[in-house]
Amino acid sequence: MKDALIKFEHFGFQYHAQSEPTLYDINLEIRPGEKILIAGPSGCGKSTLAHCINGLIPFTYQGEQTGSLTINGREARQQSIFEISRTVGTVLQDLDGQFIGLTVAEDIAFALENDCVPRQEMLRRVEEAARRVNIADHLDHAPDELSGGQKQRVSMAGIMVDNVKVFLFDEPLANLDPATGKQAIEVIEQIQKDTDAAVIIIEHRLEDVLWRDVDRIVLMNEGRILADTTPDQLLSSDLLTENGIREPLYLTALKYAGVPIREEAKPHSIRTLELSAEDTEKVQTWYRAVGEKKPAEEKKPLLEARNIDFTYENGFHALKDISLTVKEGELLAIVGTNGAGKSTFSKVVCGFEKQQKGSLIFEGQDMADLSIKERADRIGYVMQNPNQMISKPFIYDEVAFGLRLRGVPEGEVKDRVEDALKTCGLYPFRKWPFSAISYGQKKRATIASILALSPKLLILDEPTAGQDYRHYTEIMEFLRSLGEQGIVVVMITHDMHLMLEYAGRAVVFSQGQIIADDASANILTNPEIIRQANLKETSLYDLALRCDIESPARFVQHFIDYEREVRKA
Amino acid sequence: MIKLFNYIPRTSPIHALTGAAKFACMLCWTLAAMITFDTRYLFILTVLAFALLRISKIHLRDVKALLIFTLIFLAMNNLLIYLFSPEHGVSIYGSQTVWLQLIGRYTITAQQMLYHLNVILKYTATIPVVILFVSTTQPSEFAASLNKLGVSYRVSYSVSLALRYIPDVLKEFHDISLAQQARGVELSGKESLIKRFKGAAAILMPLILSSLERIEVVSNAMELRCFGKGDKRTWYRGQDFRSGDYLTIALGVALIVVAILLNVLNGSRYWNPFI
Repeated sequence: MKDALIKFEHFGFQYHAQSEPTLYDINLEIRPGEKILIAGPSGCGKSTLAHCINGLIPFTYQGEQTGSLTINGREARQQSIFEISRTVGTVLQDLDGQFIGLTVAEDIAFALENDCVPRQEMLRRVEEAARRVNIADHLDHAPDELSGGQKQRVSMAGIMVDNVKVFLFDEPLANLDPATGKQAIEVIEQIQKDTDAAVIIIEHRLEDVLWRDVDRIVLMNEGRILADTTPDQLLSSDLLTENGIREPLYLTALKYAGVPIREEAKPHSIRTLELSAEDTEKVQTWYRAVGEKKPAEEKKPLLEARNIDFTYENGFHALKDISLTVKEGELLAIVGTNGAGKSTFSKVVCGFEKQQKGSLIFEGQDMADLSIKERADRIGYVMQNPNQMISKPFIYDEVAFGLRLRGVPEGEVKDRVEDALKTCGLYPFRKWPFSAISYGQKKRATIASILALSPKLLILDEPTAGQDYRHYTEIMEFLRSLGEQGIVVVMITHDMHLMLEYAGRAVVFSQGQIIADDASANILTNPEIIRQANLKETSLYDLALRCDIESPARFVQHFIDYEREVRKA
Repeated sequence: MIKLFNYIPRTSPIHALTGAAKFACMLCWTLAAMITFDTRYLFILTVLAFALLRISKIHLRDVKALLIFTLIFLAMNNLLIYLFSPEHGVSIYGSQTVWLQLIGRYTITAQQMLYHLNVILKYTATIPVVILFVSTTQPSEFAASLNKLGVSYRVSYSVSLALRYIPDVLKEFHDISLAQQARGVELSGKESLIKRFKGAAAILMPLILSSLERIEVVSNAMELRCFGKGDKRTWYRGQDFRSGDYLTIALGVALIVVAILLNVLNGSRYWNPFI
């Protein structure tokens, strides 16, 4: 057996600023050639663990350490962050933040430059690393000319070039669309095969990482390692769901159908999973038990976009003849790759950009003459990052901000702010400063600040980006409850779970056009649309095929409806 | 999107020079054009500047936006000078040759026209050189050559870093300002100054918060790839100083010397043909 590259022994850590340790009694070994997935809910300590591995702890974030951590055979605390980074290369979650160079080549060369590698050798090594991740054609490109997946490959090349022994990926899937995420997992596997390095992936999207084989999954919660075992063993236990990690959807479906998940059946992937005739039978019975769903009643249109055409000043034709109706009482998802036109569309709706052709009708009224501010009384727009919206130090003032700017009397402001805060479950925190609340609460506060203006339509850009399953569910259930109170919610997203579970209908943008407008379950079982829009088929689809179910789309729909019932109960 | 450096990749002797040499020469050149009002010298500098532009294969249409902006500025500048001080040339050159009598103190004199010509020539002598620098220099090569000239690499890298992240921050500023306008923040001229000032604050606060987040990520990413490890670093875009670079700097210095000499010979900053 090869010597461990990274070895935690009874390791504990407590940040100076905190009263409780973040990590307790960590024992973990990682050897060359291994691929480890570290999973756990937000705040479980997995980011702290990653910082210990790459040296940011104790170099940037100080705290108290107990036990021992050896990296490449030497105690980590005796090494500088520079020595550690010769062993461990990190790919961060924020793809733009870590793209430091002005061009691809310079970014890949960054570590070599800092290491005083002579220029001739640098050119050669950059070229080689770029070729390995298939980005060599883009060496002179600037970051804004690259897609998310390409930026991530540049980051990978940027650490490969230094011949590191451990690749550490911090939530590599968070900012990628589903198809690109799938490719990223493939590239990671390829790199590992080429280099025989150890790979550590920190991610809570278990199913997506398991697209390619993983040796072990380390499950963490509340600062401790709860399991360090093979995917098959972990998936056949209940530990994942108990600790707020979403298990692969096909396994949930099997459980609903009464099929026990056994370790021997290789449940780590829908492709390896062994299903007996009896199992298949159970799934079919479960599927047949569903009654025909009554068609939804026809709803009145709230917003109608008619033949919208928009070209940016630089000549980019972003929207081509878009027609779309948002109906009252619905939760709608707008999906598509970056640059497909979904953000531009929401900008046109909010009046941030003005379409060259076409009209927008809101409750029967043409919005052409309405200013940004007037549209905001009807349509609220919530940005992805709450920190980009918060402009007051205290929650109450932030929520009151829009009303005060509109000159609403202070008495009425108070009523409306309190209403909005109650809707968002933040009333008890109304006097708190933003610095004292969590990310999810901030997100809700920004939604409250928009709700205070009592819009009928809310547009949210990636409402659950970077959230673990618990917070994701919390935010989405909240949005659904808004829907029940009569507010129409439009979500721009590339999260397929979100679209499947919460959006009744999804509109798919591709290259400035709408290529599909249908029930989410139908879209995610349509291979052609999936390919065009960089989505990924849901594993429920594969399960349906494997169980000889005639209508995979209805199977998926049944799963969603069933799960909703389970959650209610 | 505003681009400070608008590098236009072409093959020319000027592109081949290091950024630091071009930068030094550009500074000297502008300084030389600033210290003298010798029309003949400014004229020569203008001709020289346009000749260099030609050698560099940068065409005027490549830099149209900047050029239009400069021309508008130039026109405004001249107009204002004339409006506020129509006899400025007369007081400088100590004589008055009236060509045309307009209303009141507004006359057209040969002296005033020569003064305006000087102002125009100052622009035409320097703007092409600035254009030349920004469009033939790769920003990171510039950072590398500054480091070669002895500027600490931490300082010179910040040039490249600023260029890398300024467009991102501008985009973020734009997005935040739209979202805040939707909430009712007024930035347009319709509102009172105080309201607009408050509006700007409502955009700056989120911008600062998210920029702080970004700084943390960027500095972590840099440390994780060993930035700041040694006293020295090498540069992917670096290139060695060659004779051409020394010549370029020498040219810049020579231009200043000539400008000073002319000031001495002319007895003032102005060349006076009216004596």
